[in-house]
Amino acid sequence: MVSKILLAVSAVLIIASLALIFVYVPTEKTMGVVQRIFYWHVPLAWNSFLAFFIVFISSIAYLWKRSPKWDILANASAEVGVVFTTLFLISGSVWAKPVWGVWWTWEPRLTTALVLWLVYIAYLLVRSYASSSERGARFAAVVGIVGFLDVPIVFLSITLWRTQHPSPVIFTGGLVPAMLLTLIVSIFAFTALYGLLLVQRVAFRKDEADLKRMKRLVESD
Amino acid sequence: MTFWRKALAITWKDVLSEFRAREIITSVLVFTILVIVIFNFAFGETVDMVAVAPGMLWVTFTFAGVLSLNRSFILEKEGGCFEGLLVSPASREAIYTGKMLASFVFLLVIEVIALPIFAFLFNLAVLTPQIIVITLMATVGFVACGTLFSALATNTRARELVLPILFLPVVVPVIISAVNASAIALSGQSWGDMAGWLEILGAFDVVFLTVAYLVFEYIIEE
Repeated sequence: MVSKILLAVSAVLIIASLALIFVYVPTEKTMGVVQRIFYWHVPLAWNSFLAFFIVFISSIAYLWKRSPKWDILANASAEVGVVFTTLFLISGSVWAKPVWGVWWTWEPRLTTALVLWLVYIAYLLVRSYASSSERGARFAAVVGIVGFLDVPIVFLSITLWRTQHPSPVIFTGGLVPAMLLTLIVSIFAFTALYGLLLVQRVAFRKDEADLKRMKRLVESD
Repeated sequence: MTFWRKALAITWKDVLSEFRAREIITSVLVFTILVIVIFNFAFGETVDMVAVAPGMLWVTFTFAGVLSLNRSFILEKEGGCFEGLLVSPASREAIYTGKMLASFVFLLVIEVIALPIFAFLFNLAVLTPQIIVITLMATVGFVACGTLFSALATNTRARELVLPILFLPVVVPVIISAVNASAIALSGQSWGDMAGWLEILGAFDVVFLTVAYLVFEYIIEE
């Protein structure tokens, strides 16, 4: 039921967001049409941070309560987070080429995003390396906590190192109302999509666990 | 102070067995010298040594750290000593602290020998108080999170492979800070110029000592 509502909401919002981006919103003066990437790039980035924050919280909850549901939630959120991070790294890169003249630059936000991506790839790998799924869950939870706490330090150190990415102009009134509206709709669209993918992955993991349990029952008879 | 007595007993055990077997320090030291020599081939003699030296130094120490931290728990596992540690009256936190201090000592010994070799081979003034403070602070950061990940890696199927995958992205701030602070030190600038970097190293050390201390028990529980 939740899944169906989320599917409907994200479908409607994503179509609305596409319409706003390609029909409604005015073209940005200096960067031109490529700036429209911004309206999906930023929501993807925000939602991947949200996803990793959920991983962090559920990892703590798992180590504390030891209920598999927290582990399933953390794992699902990390998967969606890694997909979103991959997408915003790619979309940022496509945007950077015409605007900055390069696909990639070793700038704080980009580099932090790349390190973040590597940490959560490791998070997903650790689980598969562990000899039992319970152990894998514990190890992953530790990586989920340590990795998240590392992010601000990574960001600080890279900021001290170099800077080129534009500072966020969203809250300082740098966006005209039409652009702000498009951005907000896109953010809601991607948050709904994140919710949908999360619910789907959690349901999938639960089914997987149920299947394993039933298989064991059958085999033990 | 029974906590410290137990932790130091574990450290002493590691130092003693290393002193008798000379397994970690000798091989990591040879590896370190090899890396320095290979860097020399990679860069040749045309480049400005002061510009590339900080990077070479910290890439070398990072790899040396991965190698020696990997051995830390694998030796316990191979000898079946790990179960012994777990049933001993030492708390999980004491085990972490003891193992972490032992790795700290090993890495320091390696660095104390490698730094003069580095200075000798590349004609660089790396034996200054500034470089020594940077090295100490970065090494604390390495062992603080490295000991946690080493214990984790040993309990997986892929073992040696897992530590670098986890360790390298997480110690990025240490590497950036150490490289940049060393560059400042080598170009003869003052302590004030590198304060920002030392602050980040300090913050990393404090955060990772605390977090690793708190979560270590979840890694080694059977």
